[in-house]
Amino acid sequence: MLKTFKLGGVHPAENKISEDKKIEVLPLPKIAYIPISQHLGAPAKPLVNKGDAIKVGQQIAKGEAFISANIHSSVSGKVQKVDTVIDASGYKRTAVVVQVEGDEWEDGIDRTRDIKRDITLSQKEIIAKINEKGIVGLGGATFPSHVKLMVPDGKKADVLIINGVECEPYLTSDHRLMLEMGEEMMIGVEILKRALGVNRAVIGIENNKPDAIEHLSKIAKNFSGIEVQGLKVKYPQGAEKQLIKAIINREVPSGKLPIEVGAVVNNSGTAYAVYEAVQKNKPLIERVVTITGKSVKNPGNFMVRIGTPVSELIEAGGGLPDDTGKVISGGPMMGKALNSLEAPIVKGTSGILIMQEEEAARKQVLNCIRCSRCVSVCPMGLEPYLLEKVVMFEDFERTEKERVMDCIECGSCQFTCPANRPLLDYIRLGKNKVGQIMRARAKK
Amino acid sequence: MNLLKISGSPHVHTDNSVKGIMYGVIYAMIPALLVSIYFFGLDAIRVTVLSVVMCLLVEYLIQKYVLKTTVTISDGSAIITGILLAFNVPSNLPWHIILIGAIVAIGIGKMSFGGVGKNIFNPALVGRVFLLISFPVQMTSWPIPVPLGGKALTDAITGPTPLGIMKEGLSAGKTVSEIMPQIPDYVQNMLVGFQGGSLGEVSALALLLGAIYMLIRKIITWHTPVAFIGSAFIFASILYLMDPARFVDPFFHMLTGGMMLGVFFMATDMVTSPMSAKGQLIFGAGAGILTILIRVFGAYPEGVSFAILIMNAFVPLLDRGFKPKRFGEVVKA
Repeated sequence: MLKTFKLGGVHPAENKISEDKKIEVLPLPKIAYIPISQHLGAPAKPLVNKGDAIKVGQQIAKGEAFISANIHSSVSGKVQKVDTVIDASGYKRTAVVVQVEGDEWEDGIDRTRDIKRDITLSQKEIIAKINEKGIVGLGGATFPSHVKLMVPDGKKADVLIINGVECEPYLTSDHRLMLEMGEEMMIGVEILKRALGVNRAVIGIENNKPDAIEHLSKIAKNFSGIEVQGLKVKYPQGAEKQLIKAIINREVPSGKLPIEVGAVVNNSGTAYAVYEAVQKNKPLIERVVTITGKSVKNPGNFMVRIGTPVSELIEAGGGLPDDTGKVISGGPMMGKALNSLEAPIVKGTSGILIMQEEEAARKQVLNCIRCSRCVSVCPMGLEPYLLEKVVMFEDFERTEKERVMDCIECGSCQFTCPANRPLLDYIRLGKNKVGQIMRARAKK
Repeated sequence: MNLLKISGSPHVHTDNSVKGIMYGVIYAMIPALLVSIYFFGLDAIRVTVLSVVMCLLVEYLIQKYVLKTTVTISDGSAIITGILLAFNVPSNLPWHIILIGAIVAIGIGKMSFGGVGKNIFNPALVGRVFLLISFPVQMTSWPIPVPLGGKALTDAITGPTPLGIMKEGLSAGKTVSEIMPQIPDYVQNMLVGFQGGSLGEVSALALLLGAIYMLIRKIITWHTPVAFIGSAFIFASILYLMDPARFVDPFFHMLTGGMMLGVFFMATDMVTSPMSAKGQLIFGAGAGILTILIRVFGAYPEGVSFAILIMNAFVPLLDRGFKPKRFGEVVKA
């Protein structure tokens, strides 16, 4: 039986244009820009200097803080400089710039497609390996995976949830990965299960991907304690809290993490990366990225080395269409609009979406007519119209009381608003201000 | 190459628009409008067109010359107010009274608060109640409905509404069963349209048809109408069971006067009703009880307008008091 979450949600047009396109390997870039902060948490500390010769898979930055992640080189060649480049956020961030020469790999990395089924490492060794290889959540939030797997004292996980929902319109990278690397992914799920010490894992997939549901269900029969759960299509089902609610009907309390209800959620792409790290000794240096859009000549899914400029992926997709309005890193609901096509593909880049000028234009903002659609679609049960108003009036005390920090920025409110109000813009501003106030309060 | 556009997510939008919603309401009023034209003929067209044009004109003039802002009369909201105002007055109302109604409805009821979406009270009802108080004679002489090409049931040109007959009879000390023969066949008359009254009140069925359309298109939800009708029915039933001689049966209340019009087209106005489902239930229930209270114990035979306006005033309070169910709400022990 198909499941879904109850509160709110919307149905944007799916537009999965590239879902039938097999994963192709994108040619190596001439220059790779590898940022030292591709994850949530503290930036990693660079280990290489200008002029150093490096190989594919070599560690080039070390994640020292508790919440941080290692960075490895995705190419071989010479370090041109360690400097700032504009990344997907639009800000200048430190990156290791590598002049690519050949494709020489570090020793000890298994590059074959042979499937390695026996899991020999212990729970501790698995987590250490995941840490060492710089694995982060590939769904978009890029939370360092080893931290997620270390269950805090006094808490207990009893179920691992694998997010194969891909509820963002247009994106198909997880879908292709599940179809083409299903067994590897499933071994990754088994590894994650052991790392967490749980007996049950559920893979959630929306039923607009029936082939993936069928394929993975077949593979899951060879594993014990792994189920595939079909889900009704509804955005934002891929959001952690909504997915947990949909699959095991547990509600993560406001301000708490999923572990509070005994669940840990990992993306299907992360499970594949974990397989590669633990079984193949391969660091996270490449990922599947969708290139898509209504005017894109050759939409598709590519295995892309981290640090490749977005422009090279766009070339592979047939070049930038003339009617381009926006280039988005991610999907249309939560993705970020890029201000530079030279921004590098990073660990969290699931797709590059090119939107037509007309499609990308915002419509004229009108008065709120209190239709309450924003309230009924909010998956967190908030009142976006009210949050917009209190942020506008800079009443941040009230903004906090109205639980602005619960907002997951899924964009359903703004998507659905008939008056085209920039609800999420104001809510983000409110979250930022309230966050500052809360941090200042915590310091006292 | 053009410059890339930058903005926060989301980057896509539904086809929902204010215009779409407003015109949806207008389409929903068409069956009732057609029925009123059938029964009141050219007068119905005259009153409706005058009212709509005047509402648009007042809004245009205020936006252009008083507020000096963008003119938004094409959004359809002034047309709704115009039609609703026309639905709330007798078909023989002179044009200057309609103009005054439009000025009060749009000028005071809507624009003085800042225009569409910002008004506290339903503009059409503000206009209607102003006219009722200012022109009590013209506002309560109801032409008898005459079907197109048909004959009137009586020779009279105007007559009181069933609610008016009931009110008058009861205050003269008669019992309900003594009054009822004066309004024979009121059930089918009121369902189909032979009921004397305002333009939009004549046919409960036509109004229901429009309401179903709005429900299907999700322009309104069931909460306010169900609570409104439910509470009015229950309250009227309690009174009826207490003393059937003094209080008329609840079905009478359901079908007469502006009940259906008020329930489906005025109380559901999204601008002036609560945001949350719980708030809407209380809003509707309050309006239902007030309607019966005013009809039974008040000075006026009809109470729907006053009841809705009074509940409009409670909307900010209801919005503050009744929040949607939050995800992951920690229940305080």
